[in-house]
Amino acid sequence: MARIANAAALAAYRKQQRALRPAERKAIAVCAGTGCKAFGGLEVFEAFRAALDAHGLAKTWDLRATGCHGFCERGPLVLFFPEGRLYQRVKPEDVEEIVTRTLLGGEVLERLLYQDPVTGARHEKEHDIPFYRHQRRLVLAQNGQIDPTSLDDYLVLGGYGGLVKALGMDPAAVVAEVKRAGLRGRGGAGFPTGVKWEICRAAQADQRYVICNADEGDPGAFMDRSVIEGNPHLVLEGMLIGAYAIGASQGHVYIRQEYPLAVERLELALAQARALGLLGQDILGSGFSFDVHVSRGGGAFVCGEESAMIASLEGRRGVPRRRPPYPAAQGLHGKPTNINNVETWATVPIILEKGADWFAAIGTAGSKGTKIFSLVGKVNNTGLVEVPMGITLREIVEVIGGGIPGGKAFKAVQTGGPSGGCLPAEKLDVAVDFDSLVREGAMMGSGGMIVMDEDTCMVDVARYFLGFLKFESCGNCTSCRDGLEQLHALVTDIAEGRATSGTLDLLEELAETIRATSLCALGTTAVNPVQSTLRYFRHEYEAHIRDGRCPAKVCKALIHFSINDKCTGCTLCAKNCPQKCITGERKALHVIDQARCIKCGICRDVCKFAAVDVQ
Amino acid sequence: MSIRLWIDDREVLAEPGERILEVAQRQGISIPTLCHHPALPVLGACRVCLVEVQQGKRREITTACNTLVQEGMRVATDTAEVRGHRAMNLELLRARAPEAPAVRELATQLGVARSRFRPPAQNPLPNCILCELCVRACAHLGHHALAAVGRGDKKRIGLPHNRPAEACVGCGSCLSVCPTRCILLKETATTRTIWGQTFELVRCKSCGAPVMTEAQRAHAIRTKQLPEDHDDTCELCKQSAASQRLASVVW
Repeated sequence: MARIANAAALAAYRKQQRALRPAERKAIAVCAGTGCKAFGGLEVFEAFRAALDAHGLAKTWDLRATGCHGFCERGPLVLFFPEGRLYQRVKPEDVEEIVTRTLLGGEVLERLLYQDPVTGARHEKEHDIPFYRHQRRLVLAQNGQIDPTSLDDYLVLGGYGGLVKALGMDPAAVVAEVKRAGLRGRGGAGFPTGVKWEICRAAQADQRYVICNADEGDPGAFMDRSVIEGNPHLVLEGMLIGAYAIGASQGHVYIRQEYPLAVERLELALAQARALGLLGQDILGSGFSFDVHVSRGGGAFVCGEESAMIASLEGRRGVPRRRPPYPAAQGLHGKPTNINNVETWATVPIILEKGADWFAAIGTAGSKGTKIFSLVGKVNNTGLVEVPMGITLREIVEVIGGGIPGGKAFKAVQTGGPSGGCLPAEKLDVAVDFDSLVREGAMMGSGGMIVMDEDTCMVDVARYFLGFLKFESCGNCTSCRDGLEQLHALVTDIAEGRATSGTLDLLEELAETIRATSLCALGTTAVNPVQSTLRYFRHEYEAHIRDGRCPAKVCKALIHFSINDKCTGCTLCAKNCPQKCITGERKALHVIDQARCIKCGICRDVCKFAAVDVQ
Repeated sequence: MSIRLWIDDREVLAEPGERILEVAQRQGISIPTLCHHPALPVLGACRVCLVEVQQGKRREITTACNTLVQEGMRVATDTAEVRGHRAMNLELLRARAPEAPAVRELATQLGVARSRFRPPAQNPLPNCILCELCVRACAHLGHHALAAVGRGDKKRIGLPHNRPAEACVGCGSCLSVCPTRCILLKETATTRTIWGQTFELVRCKSCGAPVMTEAQRAHAIRTKQLPEDHDDTCELCKQSAASQRLASVVW
C-alpha cells in the first residue's frame, strides 16, 4: 500500500475501498473477542471458512473475525449483515446447517436465537435484544462490524475522518471542541479532557508527550482490552488528534503484559498506519509529525496511576509521586505529558467526526456521552455494555443485565473497580454519572460493575477487595501499605468470629487515616469497599461481631452444615463429600461430622431434597 | 519572586520549589518525621509529617516533606485531626518496629503508648520501617546497591534480585542514615559484614585501627582518580600527623 499524501488522496482511497464492499454486501461477523474465543469462536470461524468454500459462497459472503460484541455470556456470537441477525452459542457443528438453511435457504434457526430468560421470547435481530436495545454504542459501535486487523475495514466505516477534520482546524480549536463536548476522563477520576489538553498545550516545552493508559487492572474489567482488540485504529486516531491539538510528536501506549492479543492488534495497527502515512512525518501533508511506541507493563496495578506509569516508562520502580507538579507540566522525561485512558482516546474521533454539540446532547449536565461498563457477577446477561451517562443502575442491572439468575434477590452493585463502592437496592435508581456515584459513596472508576445477590456477604466482599489492594499497594506509604494490611486483618477477624466490640471503631478510625493520608488515589480510595459497605450494610458487620452470625451464610467460621429430616438416605451427599465426613445407612438419615467438615457446601449443592441446612 | 504563605497563622516567605517541611523548620516550627533527610531526595513514605493545607477552596491533610509551597497557602501543623492521623500512622509503624527507639519515642510523644495492631506478617528485617533512606543514600552516593523489592505488604529492602550486589562497597552509609538502626553490620578485626556480604577492612598504617573497607577505598580511588595510598591512614592518625607537622614548624 502506498503512502497517502493528503486528505484528498485519503478520500479517494476510502471511496475506492467502499466501492469494493458496498454496505448491502452480505457479511458474517464471528466474534473473536477473548470471551468468545474461550467458548470456541475461532473454531466456529474456521468452520464457516471451510463451509463457505465447500458451498462456493466465499465470493458472495464476506467472512470476518471481529472484536468483542460485548454479549460474552452468550458466546460464541455470529452476526449476519446486512440484516443484523444474531446467532448465539454457535458451535462448529452448527455451521453446516447455518450455511445450508440460513445462508442458502433463507430460514431462521430458532434454536440459535437469543431467548429472553424472563419472557421466553426469541429475538432475531441483535438490536431487538434488550441487552443491546437499551445500550448506546459509540465507542463499541464498530466492534461487531470490522475486522480489527484490517485498516481498510476501519476506513470504509469512515475511520480517520475525525483526524482529517482536526488537521483542517487550528490545534487550539480542536482543544476547544473537546472542551465544549464536555468529555471527562474515562479512566476513573473524570477530569475534563479538554481542560487537561489545554494545560499541557500551554506548558512551555521543546517536546511534549501523549500517553494512552491501557494498564487496565481492575478485577473483572475488560473494557479497554476489548476496545483495543476490537478497534485499535479508533484509539490510535484519538491519540493522533490529541497529539495534534497538544503539540506532541511522540506517543506511548502503556499496556498490560497480560493482554497479548491487544498488543498484537495494536502493533499491527501501528504498522498499517505507518505504511499509509497516517503515522510518521508530515501526516496527510499537514506538517504534523507523530509516532507511537507500545510499552508493556510488568503487572503492577499501581502503574495505572499516572505518576507511577511515567516512572515505569522511564525504567524506574512504579511508585507514584506527589503532584504538583502535574504531568501536564512535568511528565515523561520531565516534559509536559498528557495521559488519557483508552476509552477517552477512543471517544475523541467520534467527537471530532460528529461535533461537540451532538456529543454533548448525550448524557447529563455534568457527564457527557457514554460509558462502557463490564457488567459481571450475579446477573443474567454479563458482558460489555455501553450506556449513555445518566442511565440508572436499575436499567443496567434489570433491563440490560436481565436481572439476577435463579430467582435470587438483588443485594448490591459494586461500581468502580476494587476501590469502588457497593450500593444497595435502595440506590438502584441513582443515575450513573461521575458526580452522583461519588455522592453515594461509590465511583465511576474505569467501569467495572459487579452485581451481587442475596448469597453475597458484604464483609466477605470487603475482605476480598482489601486482599487485592494490600497486595497491589506500591508499599510506599505507611498508611496504605501497613494500613491496608491491618484493615484486612481486622475484617478477617470479623469474618472469622474473632472480633470484639472495639473492632468496628478501630476499623473506621484506621480507614479514615488511610483515606486522608495516603499519597495517591490507590490509597485514598482503597477504603471505599469498607466505608461503603459499612455505610449501607453495617448490620451485617454487627451480626458477625455481636451474634457470631453471617447473614448470607458465606463466612465459613460462622456457619455449619447439618442434615434435616427431609433426608431420604440417597447417599448422594456422602458420595460427593471430599472429606468423606458424612455417614449414614442407605434410606436412613445422614449425619455430618462437624469436626471434619470443611464447609465447602457440596452436600448442599448436590442434595435433591433440600435436606442440607446451613446455619 | 518569593512566595508568601502562612504556617500556624504566621506569615512566612519562601522560594519557589521549596517544600513546607524545610520552610517550617527554618521558622523553628517543628514537624515530626521519620523518613526525611535534608541531604537526600524526598519520598513521603512514613506519613508522619502530616499537616493541614488550605489552598483556595481546597483543604487537605498532606505530608509537609514533599508538598511544594504555593502563594497564599495556609498550613496548620498542630490541629486535632493532624495529631490523630499522625498518631494512627505511628501506631502502624509501632506494630512494625516495636523495638526501634526512634519510633517508640515519637509514638510515646504523640500519645501512642502501645499499638492495637499485630506485627505485619512479612517483616524480614525486624524494625525496618521501609522509609528507603538507606536506598536513597546508596543511590545518592552513586552505588545503587540497595533497592525496595516487591510491593504492597511484601515490600522489603534488599539487594536487587536477591543476588550479591557487586555495587555494594560496604561503606555503611545505609546504616548511618537508618532512623531505626535496623541494618545489621558486624565487624571483626579484619572484616565487615553487611547485607550478607563480607568486606576486607583497610587498617591504618600507623595505628592499625580500621579505616574503611578495601572496596570503598578502591571505589574512591577509581572514581575520583586519587593516589593509590589514599586513605590508608585513620582520621586520628592523620590529625596527629598534621599537628606534629605544624609543631615542627619553626616560627
